[in-house]
Amino acid sequence: MGKVLVFVESSNGKIKRSAQELLTAAKKSGQSVTALVGGSQAQQLATECAQFGAQEVFVVKDSQFDQYNPELFTEMMSQAVAEIKPTVILASSSSLGKDLFPRVAAHLNTGVLSDCTELNLQGDDVTVKRPVYSGKAMAKMGFENSSVKIVLMRPNQLPIEAPQTSATAATKELSVKKTDLKTLIKEVVKGTSEKLDLTEANIIVSGGRGLKEAANFKLLNELADALGATVGASRAVVDAGWVSHGMQVGQTGKTVAPTLYIAVGISGAIQHLAGMSGAKVIVAINNDPNAPIFQKATYGIVGDLFDVVPKLTEEFKKALHH
Amino acid sequence: MKFFVCIKQVPDTETKIKIGSDTQSIDTTGIKWVMNPYDEYAVEESVKLRDSNPGSQVWVLSVGPKKRTVETLRTALAMGADEAIAVDAPENLDPYQTAKALAAVIQQEGGAKVIFTGKLAIDDNASCVSQMTAEFLKVPHTTVVSKFSLSAENILVERDVEGGAKEVVQMLAPAVVAANKGLNMPRYASLPGIMKAKKKVIKELDFAGLNTGASAKTKVLSLELPPEKPPVKMLQGDSSAQVSALVKALRDEAKVL
Ligand SMILES: Cc1cc2nc3c(=O)[nH]c(=O)nc-3n(C[C@H](O)[C@H](O)[C@H](O)COP(=O)(O)OP(=O)(O)OC[C@H]3O[C@@H](n4cnc5c(N)ncnc54)[C@H](O)[C@@H]3O)c2cc1C
Ligand SMILES: Nc1ncnc2c1ncn2[C@@H]1O[C@H](COP(=O)(O)O)[C@@H](O)[C@H]1O
Repeated sequence: MGKVLVFVESSNGKIKRSAQELLTAAKKSGQSVTALVGGSQAQQLATECAQFGAQEVFVVKDSQFDQYNPELFTEMMSQAVAEIKPTVILASSSSLGKDLFPRVAAHLNTGVLSDCTELNLQGDDVTVKRPVYSGKAMAKMGFENSSVKIVLMRPNQLPIEAPQTSATAATKELSVKKTDLKTLIKEVVKGTSEKLDLTEANIIVSGGRGLKEAANFKLLNELADALGATVGASRAVVDAGWVSHGMQVGQTGKTVAPTLYIAVGISGAIQHLAGMSGAKVIVAINNDPNAPIFQKATYGIVGDLFDVVPKLTEEFKKALHH
Repeated sequence: MKFFVCIKQVPDTETKIKIGSDTQSIDTTGIKWVMNPYDEYAVEESVKLRDSNPGSQVWVLSVGPKKRTVETLRTALAMGADEAIAVDAPENLDPYQTAKALAAVIQQEGGAKVIFTGKLAIDDNASCVSQMTAEFLKVPHTTVVSKFSLSAENILVERDVEGGAKEVVQMLAPAVVAANKGLNMPRYASLPGIMKAKKKVIKELDFAGLNTGASAKTKVLSLELPPEKPPVKMLQGDSSAQVSALVKALRDEAKVL
């Protein structure tokens, strides 16, 4: 039987939804599940890890791990792997996960697969599906010559189960020492948005050149507020300087996989589609019935966005607050 | 002072992808190849850095089938790179093998002050090679970089993370810096640049000859086209009717609200 190590990320004192997804998947596989969580709140987070399926939790109670540093975290993973001896590591294909685990894999001379959208975990047999060629093909992939198989899952791809409030796990402490760091995080400049990041968001409202000018993004912000959504954008409006480039969806922006993506005044260029075709339901609002976005959409509205969007905001408010 | 840039040639973003008869790779007939878009930012940054550090040099490096990599290396030379190395290798190396080859060549050529890469190759979608190369070279790395500066021994970068936040990271050089969009505006190759690039000699190496001993750690079992979307449902009537039909459909049919 295999041993699955789940690397747990947290925010605001709670484990992230993506970690809940990974713990649930590990538990369902019927293998032994160990969670690893670091930072000054590690001890509190351990309880939550147990509730989602960890039988054992390694905590690194050290405020150094409140902030990601590739060197420090590579050292933590290296020690954790030596101690826990997992056959599989599951982590999120987040900013942190994508940066850290390829380095860890190289360090351990083992394989890693990033940005996976499907996971098949049966004993030592691990296969995944992941988009390649900007989502124009799906690759089924596996490992070879790998002592531990590292899988990075895109958030929002796996189901979670209700936490088992009575579950507990054995907690073990891991102390990680590393000096002579060549990497120093000098500062973290907060983003303007308090909302979930595009890559984690469940609902996204995205705007394009059809909005005519930067100030009109107000319409989208109102729509997003009614839905609890995160606002995204096409490259055209990012390059025009209307919104910041962290909001860009597409090939040279972010790849997103929400359950609902609403594209407003976006034509649907292939590079934009590359970033959002993984959305479960796509709504397109465009005044050109021939816009390519309609070929990818689930639902389409041909109309003037300045007329449609405010009405839609009101309709959502009614539907969601009654 | 030497700067290395690792560049990959990938199918043009507009290319239609067809699965090959082996079902494990794509059918490359008729594909237009271009420099990986993120690698353009890497080349641009290195050329700017070279220009502000007289006496320094930009070396570009690509691993892959020679007939293709030399094309993209010429593009980089035309953008202003000084020297180019093509490592002839089979099509299907995995990121681990690629990084082993890149690290071996960089080491063999005497190392570099900064190694620039792209944050992601848009064909394999791995975002692995930069960090792996850094690990094999035993140097620090930062990925998703949208701001860069170099002062004596230190590299100062900004890394884009979730929620529009930025991490300001200082690394002791040498280090690997993986470029994101926003780092700069890549220049177009000028005509004199293209003419000059044509005359340059590209140094050729062979993957097997590097003796990295690296075997692949991951493999493609099969490729498939993404599932076809059912046809779009267009909502009819005036805008009020369209909007209420949409909300109803999202709630009762798609069940996403
Ligand atoms: C290498 C490369 C990488 C790229 N990467 C990306 C990327 O990551 N993301 C990305 O988005 N693009 C990317 N692009 C750019 C892409 O090709 C398109 O240019 C861009 O997506 C277009 O943005 P848009 O849809 O907002 O603008 P447009 O194509 O101009 O579309 C505007 C749409 O708004 C509609 N419209 C206008 N007025 C109204 C109205 N009143 N009501 C309703 N609809 C209206 C129009 O019918 C039109 O369809 C990339 C391009 C290249 C070459
Ligand atoms: N075959 C290659 N030759 C040279 N550089 C490469 C190669 N593959 C990847 N790279 C570099 O590594 C970056 C990340 O690639 P990847 O990890 O494949 O997504 C690319 O943007 C390139 O800078």
